[in-house]
Amino acid sequence: MSFTRVYAIFLRQVFLIKSNPTRLATIFLWVIVDTIQWGFISEYLGSLGQSTFSFITVILGAIILWEFVTRTQHGLMRGFLEDIWSQNFINYFASPLEIKEYLAGLVITSIVTSLSGFWIMVLIAGLAFGYNIFKIGLFLLPFVSILFVFGIAMGIFISAIIFRLGPSGEWLGWPVPLVLSIFSGVYYPISTLPGVLQIVAKLMPPCYVFESIRSILSAGTFSTDLYVNLVIGASLAMISLLMTYKFFIGIYHYNLKTGAIARFNAEAL
Amino acid sequence: MDDEVILKIEGVTKDYGSVKAVDNVSFSINSGKIVGLLGPNGAGKTTTINMILGILDPTQGLIEVFGKNLKDGRSKISKSINFAAVYAHMPANLTVWQNLYVFGLLYEVKNLKEKIKYLLHEFDLERFSDTKAGLLSSGEASRLNLAKAIINNPRLLLLDEPTASLDPNISQLVRQKIKEYVEKTKTATLWTSHNMQEIEAVFDQVFFLSHGKILLSGNPKTLPSEYGKKDLEELLITVAREPLSFGS
Repeated sequence: MSFTRVYAIFLRQVFLIKSNPTRLATIFLWVIVDTIQWGFISEYLGSLGQSTFSFITVILGAIILWEFVTRTQHGLMRGFLEDIWSQNFINYFASPLEIKEYLAGLVITSIVTSLSGFWIMVLIAGLAFGYNIFKIGLFLLPFVSILFVFGIAMGIFISAIIFRLGPSGEWLGWPVPLVLSIFSGVYYPISTLPGVLQIVAKLMPPCYVFESIRSILSAGTFSTDLYVNLVIGASLAMISLLMTYKFFIGIYHYNLKTGAIARFNAEAL
Repeated sequence: MDDEVILKIEGVTKDYGSVKAVDNVSFSINSGKIVGLLGPNGAGKTTTINMILGILDPTQGLIEVFGKNLKDGRSKISKSINFAAVYAHMPANLTVWQNLYVFGLLYEVKNLKEKIKYLLHEFDLERFSDTKAGLLSSGEASRLNLAKAIINNPRLLLLDEPTASLDPNISQLVRQKIKEYVEKTKTATLWTSHNMQEIEAVFDQVFFLSHGKILLSGNPKTLPSEYGKKDLEELLITVAREPLSFGS
């Protein structure tokens, strides 16, 4: 693994953002809009029927953390798409660049962009709606880590799909977080789902994070179950990362056989 | 040093289902030699180059670069290979300098900023340093491709129609640059072209591919008379139209 080459992949993305700052919209615009919109929705819901339940605490926290997953997945996928759009694969993969270095460069790009968006959301939620995500306490760190690993895994998975299906595969990539949110218990407990879907939900690492957050915020205490949830969530996140990495490498080798890397823009279906 | 075998290809075949894009091709290139890979469109020239670059797996056969099997250490071997192709443009949304910097890092070039300064001067790109690659003319973009192609001082240079779509003046300048570079550095060069004038002026040896097979090889200056043709163009047209009469 050459860190110089990993840095080259990251630097290319930095150059792209510098060359056209409209790319910053993908990092900041949606997280700002979502935080403000859901902040107001939560305030409105909280004002209904003299409710004593804090919608801001539950919904805004969930939105911030789920947006973090979304931005992580999109950050990695967008970096990959930039290379597709600029027809850059021949130049990249004919160089000494190894596929793991390429992915590492995209992951670092995603870390930087998703964390930048995360801090902006935390800031807006605090200043505009008085919401402090750090109320969750020290558990926030492992929660964010699980979500981050899962977001990276999804980014790699979708990039692999695009790598296999060709440029138009991106249309499958953008709505993935929305689809996954149904099963991840982001906005409601998974007990709300029908039995079969609950089984699917239990295979989703984020489900353990959001169930735990709701538990902390409603009970106000930390139980042994939380630690169990953490271990299961972290294990599932790592498994999903390893599986999607293997999947991506498999697609890369498939493309080396079919010649799809050399003529990628022809849509190698 | 001229006798050192830089690239050796033995029995390389590439199948796409029942289609043989490259069929049992063997040849080698020594250092300091410019070897032409010729043939009609679809003959298997680019497929051969892609396999040497490591972006396409051969179905069978051996590709050795610097005496090492490409399959066993592509990344390490690729540090001393580079290429330029008419269809592989540098990313249009980065400037000339940014492109050379990113690719210099990928090839782990030492004293990179100095090297870029030298290349910008050498390829007359200094005034385009901050221009996005997508805004360059064909000639300027070709010069950028070539600057990138030698940024790592490659010992094996692969050129896939580097002068296609260039006007005769720019084409000659680009040819001259490559020839000077090869003479100075003794780089082994594999070059595809359809330009007969270019082939006769620059290439030391040519291999003529048709339907994935090498049908002819030799010195481009003497080949026509060996086959009773008036010039290289007539010979190549005959081979393309009647491959069977040349041992296909």
